[in-house]
Amino acid sequence: MLLLNHLWIILALPLAGAAINGLLGKRWPQSTVNSVAIGSVVLSFLAAAETVREFLGLAAAQIPFIGNYFTWMVAGEATPHPFRVDFALQVDQLTVVMLLVVTFVGMLIHIYSTGYMAHEGGYYRFFSYLNLFMFFMLTLVMGANLIVMFVGWEGVGLCSYLLIGFWFLKKSAADAGKKAFIVTRIGDFGFTVGILLVFATFGTVAFGEIFSQVADKPVDVLTTICLLLFAGAIGKSAQLPLYVWLPDAMEGPTPVSALIHAATMVTAGVYMVARMNPLFSRAPAAMLVVAIVGAVTAFYSATIGLVQTDIKKVLAYSTVSQLGYMFLACGVGAYSAGIFHLMTHAFFKGLLFLAAGSVIHAMGGEQDMMKMGGLRKKIPATYWTMFIATLAIAGIPGFAGFFSKDAILEAAYSGPYANLLLWGLGVAGAGLTSFYMFRLIFLTFFGEPRYDEHAVHVHESTKNMTIPLMVLAFLSIFGGWFAAPKLVGGIDYFEKFVAPVFAAYAPASGAVSPVATEVPASPAMDLLHALTGWPVIVGVLGLLVAWWFYIKRPDTPKRLAQSVHGLYTLLLNKYYVDEIYAALIVRPLLWISTNVLWHVVDEGLIDGTVNGTATVARGSGAQARKLQSGNTRSYAAWVILGAVGFTAILFGLLGVAR
Amino acid sequence: MSAVPISYYLVLSAILFGLGVVAFVFKRNIITMFMSIELMLNAVNLAFVAFARAHNSLDGLVFVFFVIVVAAAESAVGLAIVIMLAQNRQSLNVERINLLKL
Repeated sequence: MLLLNHLWIILALPLAGAAINGLLGKRWPQSTVNSVAIGSVVLSFLAAAETVREFLGLAAAQIPFIGNYFTWMVAGEATPHPFRVDFALQVDQLTVVMLLVVTFVGMLIHIYSTGYMAHEGGYYRFFSYLNLFMFFMLTLVMGANLIVMFVGWEGVGLCSYLLIGFWFLKKSAADAGKKAFIVTRIGDFGFTVGILLVFATFGTVAFGEIFSQVADKPVDVLTTICLLLFAGAIGKSAQLPLYVWLPDAMEGPTPVSALIHAATMVTAGVYMVARMNPLFSRAPAAMLVVAIVGAVTAFYSATIGLVQTDIKKVLAYSTVSQLGYMFLACGVGAYSAGIFHLMTHAFFKGLLFLAAGSVIHAMGGEQDMMKMGGLRKKIPATYWTMFIATLAIAGIPGFAGFFSKDAILEAAYSGPYANLLLWGLGVAGAGLTSFYMFRLIFLTFFGEPRYDEHAVHVHESTKNMTIPLMVLAFLSIFGGWFAAPKLVGGIDYFEKFVAPVFAAYAPASGAVSPVATEVPASPAMDLLHALTGWPVIVGVLGLLVAWWFYIKRPDTPKRLAQSVHGLYTLLLNKYYVDEIYAALIVRPLLWISTNVLWHVVDEGLIDGTVNGTATVARGSGAQARKLQSGNTRSYAAWVILGAVGFTAILFGLLGVAR
Repeated sequence: MSAVPISYYLVLSAILFGLGVVAFVFKRNIITMFMSIELMLNAVNLAFVAFARAHNSLDGLVFVFFVIVVAAAESAVGLAIVIMLAQNRQSLNVERINLLKL
């Protein structure tokens, strides 16, 4: 019970690291900055691990374990429903999963960054931001009420902004940072209103107190709350229609893309939906919206990923797509499958980004896959780890992504909220995913080199970069094996572990799929069924098509692009969504800002008032200064004039001398 | 005994005060201006004394003493300033003493 009673330590460590590096790191050598940054995150991971160990010893009645540290805000104490927010942290099974994923992947990415960022300016600043991000992310997953969660939610957004715009001298990077911040802010508006509506409905913002009252509340209110909260998730987790910021966020350093824009921050929306599951489970309409948005996004962004040539952009659209799967899972009531995919995705997508970073590093900053090729022999460690991650994301049996994606699609096919159309979208998306990921692999590592071999000195990355890759590769294979026994008719241990969170306040009708416990008739048939299911078939099909296109007949893509030229251009330009948003929203807003708010309101009204006041004061002063001539006799004349005038008033007007 | 009516004193006082004012405004020599200030002060003194006598009260007399003391102090300080000015500027013309302006 040592650390369970001091949960704040897990948060305080990265915060201290951020403060120390941020305030003092400027004059320190890189090694000192490294020890502070990595030390704080490693300690935080160890603290989290110890917390989890103690947590596993708790009785079911003690879960969720809440650490209430102080009352943060109180308003209206005299009223029957005071607004009261405690700074409280909690640990339950869902938090445990997030805690371990965030601290462990975060730790690996910190280590990787020491290699990747070694030659960059602002080294201490980078690690300070990264540590700060860890602090806010942990606040987000550990908060025991919506307000503390919201602090983390906004905090990670801030760090995302700071890190996307890390190379702020580059205009595109600074713009991308702003775009990320502003677009997510649109969703956060809904989130904020949702929190207020939660308070108005339940009279509290603490999770436990909300969930215990949820059964008595009308469905339409719950639906509204869920849709508002989901708006926040759409922004943060880059779903349609607010996904546009995530591909641009690739302007940031690659470890940032791996940590924030693949493994942790963008999954906050999924975590939030899973956390609020008692509300969502009672709002079927909202669930349907979540599922539709998830499935459509999963398919839609996969199609964009097909034709991108920037290695990081492919991964970015892939992330949007995979987040769509997680929402699809939540939307069909399979929260545990969503969280499971969140975890495996953190492993394999984090690995993909880090490996892509290693490739970019090896190529001296080149990100265009069309200018790579044949790197397999030159950077073998990067190649093999990235290949494993690709097998995982493509859903090839045995790798982590297979188990989690299979669980999602199975829930969409046969779960309580099953929807064949959404399942079809998901399966199609899985095929596309497999294709574009193998396309990435084949273009980057196979074939003939398409770069100038004399100009580019391709070299394998240093140990501190390749070791995190290998650890993540290990997890990309075995991270999904918690669910493996299910294939032969056993128990999905991951689902069993997190089930209490989703079962505790589940509606009686059993909207959350029960944990399979009974042994089916024939385990072997089950295994065969899973291995020959559609997700696997389309995954392998994607691999084969990619192999045909990029290895066997490398001229096929070009001919195909010409034969369906319109579609190809549409995809290449990402459905012109950025252009549409620019035309519909950005440009009208800029026009109004420039022509009305700037030239009329600001220059005319506000500046006019301020400058007018100044002009009047200056003009009257210019007149009044003439009185002060320095001529004694004129002063005397004024005094006499005043005395005469005053006397005249006294005697004449007021009639004192009567 | 028939006393001189108070109006006589007041008229004299007013004439003296008016002379002081006119001299103060129109003269350029700083010493002359000083003298005109003294003239104005003493015109007021005369009015005070006359009222004190007419009302049989000591209040006016007390005021007169105050005015005399203040005038003496003022002369001491003022003449010192005048001497400094004369030394520094070789002139007693107030038209040329106009540095205390914006």
